[in-house]
Amino acid sequence: MKKLSLFLAVVVVLSLVLSACQPAATTQAPAAKKKICQVTDTGGIDDKSFNATAWKGAEMAQKELGWEAKYLESKEVADYEKNINAFLEEKCDLIVTVGFLLGDATKALAEANPNAKFSIVDFSYDPPVANVVGQVFATDEAAFLAGYLAAGMTKTGKVGTFGGLSIPTVTIFMDGFTRGVKYYNQLKGTNVEVLGYDLNDPNKGLFTNSFDDQTKGKEFGITLMDEGADIIMPVAGPVGLGTAAAVKERGNALIIGVDSDWYLTAPDYADITLTSVMKFMDVTTFNVAKSVEDGTFKGGTNVVGTLANGGVGLAPYHNLDSKVPAELKSEIEQLKKDIIDGKIKLADIK
Amino acid sequence: MSKPENKPDVGKVFLEEVTRPPVNERVRGWQRVGRVLLVPALAVVTGLLLGAVLIILTSESVWEAFRVSLGSGLVTAWNTIVQAYTALFTGALGDPVRIVQAFQSGDALEIRRALNPIPESLVNATPYIFAGLAVALGFRSGLFNIGVEGQLFMGAAAATYVGYAVKGLPGFIHMPLAFLAGALGGAVWGFIPGWLKAKTGGHEVINTIMMNWIAFRLTEWLLGGPMTRPGSGGLPISPMIEKTAEIPQFFPAPIRFHLGFFIALGMAWLVHWLLFKTTWGFDLRTVGANPNAARYAGMNITRNIILAMTLSGALAGMAGANQILAVNRSMALGLSPGYGFDSIALALLGNSTPVGVILSSLLFGALRNGATRMELLRIPNDIVSIIQALILVFVAAPAIIRTIYRVKVPKEAEEAVFVGSWGGGNK
Repeated sequence: MKKLSLFLAVVVVLSLVLSACQPAATTQAPAAKKKICQVTDTGGIDDKSFNATAWKGAEMAQKELGWEAKYLESKEVADYEKNINAFLEEKCDLIVTVGFLLGDATKALAEANPNAKFSIVDFSYDPPVANVVGQVFATDEAAFLAGYLAAGMTKTGKVGTFGGLSIPTVTIFMDGFTRGVKYYNQLKGTNVEVLGYDLNDPNKGLFTNSFDDQTKGKEFGITLMDEGADIIMPVAGPVGLGTAAAVKERGNALIIGVDSDWYLTAPDYADITLTSVMKFMDVTTFNVAKSVEDGTFKGGTNVVGTLANGGVGLAPYHNLDSKVPAELKSEIEQLKKDIIDGKIKLADIK
Repeated sequence: MSKPENKPDVGKVFLEEVTRPPVNERVRGWQRVGRVLLVPALAVVTGLLLGAVLIILTSESVWEAFRVSLGSGLVTAWNTIVQAYTALFTGALGDPVRIVQAFQSGDALEIRRALNPIPESLVNATPYIFAGLAVALGFRSGLFNIGVEGQLFMGAAAATYVGYAVKGLPGFIHMPLAFLAGALGGAVWGFIPGWLKAKTGGHEVINTIMMNWIAFRLTEWLLGGPMTRPGSGGLPISPMIEKTAEIPQFFPAPIRFHLGFFIALGMAWLVHWLLFKTTWGFDLRTVGANPNAARYAGMNITRNIILAMTLSGALAGMAGANQILAVNRSMALGLSPGYGFDSIALALLGNSTPVGVILSSLLFGALRNGATRMELLRIPNDIVSIIQALILVFVAAPAIIRTIYRVKVPKEAEEAVFVGSWGGGNK
């Protein structure tokens, strides 16, 4: 008891002493740096998915353009408007919002504040909003390459995929992947099967209905492997890590990562990660900041990340590089060129 | 009909704790207010102190400064805390300097922004009030309603549906209709476990938790399916509600202060009146405090349990309806940061009285609102959740606070526990 009183007394005395020293450090008027300000959705800033990737882009702007990067995390829907308002008050030069959940709040506040500049990640408006740059991704182009690769690598003749929810930003991965497999079949006369997705009816695919339940990822992985799939692409954010764990346990299958290069972001599974279908939301976010810096920011437009502009891409094979036949590698390089040149149209492959 | 328990279980003891009259009725006026608020106030202070320690421990710049020298470490630590808590308080209540400057500049938008913190804190507090009342009403009736979160989701879904699907009504009919639909949605979700408890003896804790999961999955399915926004490609988000269904906000943007706050206060008054001024409420509380006595007195236990759970669910549904109709204007899954679960703590903090719930909701709303300003200084807003949790721990275990600050338990209060009648403030 006495000790506690003593402790409290010390705290009080210290606070008096320290408050005397205080003014020296507080008044540092920072030079007028430009500000990039990100509002996350309820996933939070380190969701290992689009919030985190977009934030990497904001940090790039901090490093390379000398901007100041700030973020506010949203805990609930009501926070979206509140957080964007806080950034409008901060007079941010670019407000970045992440994901379709922020679509309504971003639109409403962008329209109410026509002089502020906005960019929304992984979403676009139709019709466009005058001061918002949408960032969307032709993820199917990169997933197509992954599907082709998987079809060339499978030993069982079956590959698998599943999604978090049946929403366009998820199914576009599965769609491209499936078309890649079909294209391989057409060229080589093989009959590789895709489990977990149906081109004709996306809703019939496999979905975990969760973006955070890794146990489900594990279960789905086991089911797919039981059905004979030996390469699996989980499109459900961190849920896929559960799948990776299941694959690692069995030891006779491989996974394909999504969003970022899983060799780097999930190093535990480096040995079973064949490649990753990457969405460079950091690059697109940074580019929008750069356009504000050069004065070329053009609201009401969409930035589309494609293979051609490096907005989407296939990660290196890393540890499995030696396992991928050289011929298959060069075919994929050629495919990439053909897609960029428009020689191959994904929609034509059924 | 459930068989009444003969010996008090842990839940019973807990209920007595959260619903007991805190101070003898004979003590009146400011002295009474002081006694009632003493432990919570000290709990808040202690929570903030421990929060400060956490802020220091998690701040990289403080660690770096300590590496330079002890002195600069202490100074940086002190400055970090001062900045953090200044941000927390000005974020929650407003910055006087800024308000004066805003008025001098005469810029209407600046003035609104400078004055926004208090109304925004009230906006943040409103769902807490509804949800806290829901839990408190349950506690007073001897029921643990752990299902407030699920009832809130069902209420939100019902209010959303009426909000966008019904068209062409004038606002003064549409808005109340949507709000009542929300109350009804929650009420149904409260009625089911209430009915199960009264008719089959199925414990409401288990059943309300299960009803939560059903509500989450059901709303997930509704939003991705029947209630999805047309043209969105199946995104789990509902259409925007009609303008006529919106609960009106009083001021232009960015001030979001809305009528819902006053509806919440009205509900608090209604719950107070119902519980403490009507025979109905007396029945509810009697069933809660002592089912045997209630039965002996000829009260209808079945009806009272069902009624209490239904009303509790209705209040929870209003929390959801309030968020949809006043703030969000469409429904998505990230609707609640856990209002339904926090409200259990709120009811505890507020001693399960409507006034107590309002006060603790205001505190939580202000803390949450202020956290945004603090987060701009790169202090994680989770710190505020931790501070809230600490405050609750100290309130839930008043012995800790009494020991730390050597607060004596007033004699009369002690007696009041033993002679204690049902609920607080009996008339």
